[in-house]
Amino acid sequence: MAESAADRKVIYHYTYRRSPDQDARAAVCHPVVVVGAGPVGLTMAIDLALRGVDVVVLDDSDRIGDGSRGICWSKRTLEILNRLGIGERLLEKGVTWKLGKVFLGEKPVHAFDLLPEEGHRMPAFINLQQYYLEKALVDRADEIDGIDLRWKNRLVGLDRGNDGAHLTIETPEGCYALDADWVIAADGARSAVRDLLGLPFVGQTFEDKFLIADVTMLADDIPTERRFWFDPPFHSGQSALIHRQAEDSWRIDLQLGADADADAELKPERYLPRIGQMLGDRHFTVDWVSIYRFNCRRIERFVHGRVIFVGDSAHQVSPFGARGANSGIQDAENLTWKLVAVLKQQAGLALLDSYDRERMQAADENIGHSTRSTDFIAPHSPAERRLRTAVLLLAPKAEFAQRMINSGRLSTATVYDTPLSTPDENPFGGTAQLGGPAPDAPVSRPDGGECHLLDALGRGFELLYVADGARPNVPDGIEVLVIGKDLLDSAGLFADRFDARPGSAYLLRPDQHLCARWRHFDADKVRAAHRRALGH
Amino acid sequence: MGKLVTALRFPDPDAAYVALVEARRGLTEEAAADLDARLVLILANHIGDLDVLNEAIALASQPG
Ligand SMILES: Cc1cc2nc3c(=O)[nH]c(=O)nc-3n(C[C@H](O)[C@H](O)[C@H](O)COP(=O)(O)OP(=O)(O)OC[C@H]3O[C@@H](n4cnc5c(N)ncnc54)[C@H](O)[C@@H]3O)c2cc1C
Repeated sequence: MAESAADRKVIYHYTYRRSPDQDARAAVCHPVVVVGAGPVGLTMAIDLALRGVDVVVLDDSDRIGDGSRGICWSKRTLEILNRLGIGERLLEKGVTWKLGKVFLGEKPVHAFDLLPEEGHRMPAFINLQQYYLEKALVDRADEIDGIDLRWKNRLVGLDRGNDGAHLTIETPEGCYALDADWVIAADGARSAVRDLLGLPFVGQTFEDKFLIADVTMLADDIPTERRFWFDPPFHSGQSALIHRQAEDSWRIDLQLGADADADAELKPERYLPRIGQMLGDRHFTVDWVSIYRFNCRRIERFVHGRVIFVGDSAHQVSPFGARGANSGIQDAENLTWKLVAVLKQQAGLALLDSYDRERMQAADENIGHSTRSTDFIAPHSPAERRLRTAVLLLAPKAEFAQRMINSGRLSTATVYDTPLSTPDENPFGGTAQLGGPAPDAPVSRPDGGECHLLDALGRGFELLYVADGARPNVPDGIEVLVIGKDLLDSAGLFADRFDARPGSAYLLRPDQHLCARWRHFDADKVRAAHRRALGH
Repeated sequence: MGKLVTALRFPDPDAAYVALVEARRGLTEEAAADLDARLVLILANHIGDLDVLNEAIALASQPG
């Protein structure tokens, strides 16, 4: 039993409001204008405002929920969004998961656990429809002063100057002009900013078409795990995926091959039986359906003077691995503290080069992984398919082959190979990596309250010092947390994960990435590492 | 450079060759290609060294 219900789509409407800028005689200048109120632009705007920088956000639309896109939000993304104040809302609404299974035909050939370790505030992943995440971000933006979110404001012109850009914006009441010291292009894969600057978006387009659907069905007997099939009996010769989302919604991906006719496939008489074959005799309602072909591509550089690209406008990946929005949100967090340091004259423009370098490294990792996944899922030739079949058939018999099965390598944070890091003088074990985000750990406050390390960090540079005598006297611009005094490592997991001993000191950047560590505190070394991390 | 050993390593090279021949005797071309694909994966993993694998691929890719 199945039905198609276009009217069940979740859509949030927002209203266009006239801005005083539209009545100004000369173009008003703002320090930062973010183009695009998708997950990445909104993250950037909230982070900027929380760090004390006012921001204007333009979006050409006035609604959320016009398409079924991202569902999987990674641990690192959740840690960032928790710092921005919406972690709890997302966890409450989303579906927490960490297990995945891969099948060949009906036979399970591989299972994985994405967070085998305890003691993290955030799970490996939650699943939540992208429109709910965007809604939570818009709600949060409304709670914060300093964010001027303008719906139905489409960027149509951009002239770059030495110290900023001149923008032309189209609204239902006509066009107006704005000046911006900095323009953040968060306007998605079809970026207008990218086109206005004439930047080529280069990479690979995959031939295969995929049917992506969100269906509502009651199926509490299906475990909350990512299930992926190669050549399933219900969809012979292709791949299929099912994954639970919030509110009894299920994401379904069905590979259709290169020759599929997209128009025909979008007809209910075609997709309902396809999905029905997968779901058997369960009752389901199709809320969304679309056909996608995937791209893996990027622009050559992300920083173009005063115009900086974040998210899908800068790079695009296939969804296998959930690397699109997750990496875009990590772009936003990487850029925000740097831009704020430049605006507050704590750092020079050179710091922004590190955004380019660090996030291009991340983009290349993501494009690499998602290209390999897509190639595995949709082999380009019979010879490639033969090799893949060999991997799948060997998998039940040989562990190595299980590990070669690639149905999507799920997003993890990038460990930056960056000049902002001070090279280690002494060896360190543990899971903390120089250039990587600080691993979380359960800790407690001296009053007995339980919390997590990442919750306890401030917004700036933070020195974690493992108690060994006097409280260290740190240079300006750094906060200290003494482990053993301000925070207690009751479970010993901080010590394990940071390979910490009395006297060890760890310098974290404002984005919580580890940029230097020592076995003994030395104020001069900390000062030098801090300057280095600010690009001096 | 040059991690791949191309000097003979089998005490009895004929026996090794025969083992490979016998594995495909009576197989269709398709089935033999499937066998080879599995064999390549098993042996590549056993070697477990990407440099060696790349050198082997380069050698095997040279035409005639
Ligand atoms: C089927 C599918 C599944 C996916 N699954 C995942 C997943 O599980 N996890 C994940 O992390 N990612 C996933 N993604 C990718 C994810 O959806 C994107 O990476 C993400 O939406 C990018 O966010 P963004 O803010 O950069 O751009 P967008 O979300 O595209 O937002 C851009 C915004 O800019 C606005 N805009 C555009 N042009 C202008 C203009 N000229 N003026 C003003 N505003 C403008 C648009 O209206 C839009 O609101 C998936 C994508 C697809 C298609």
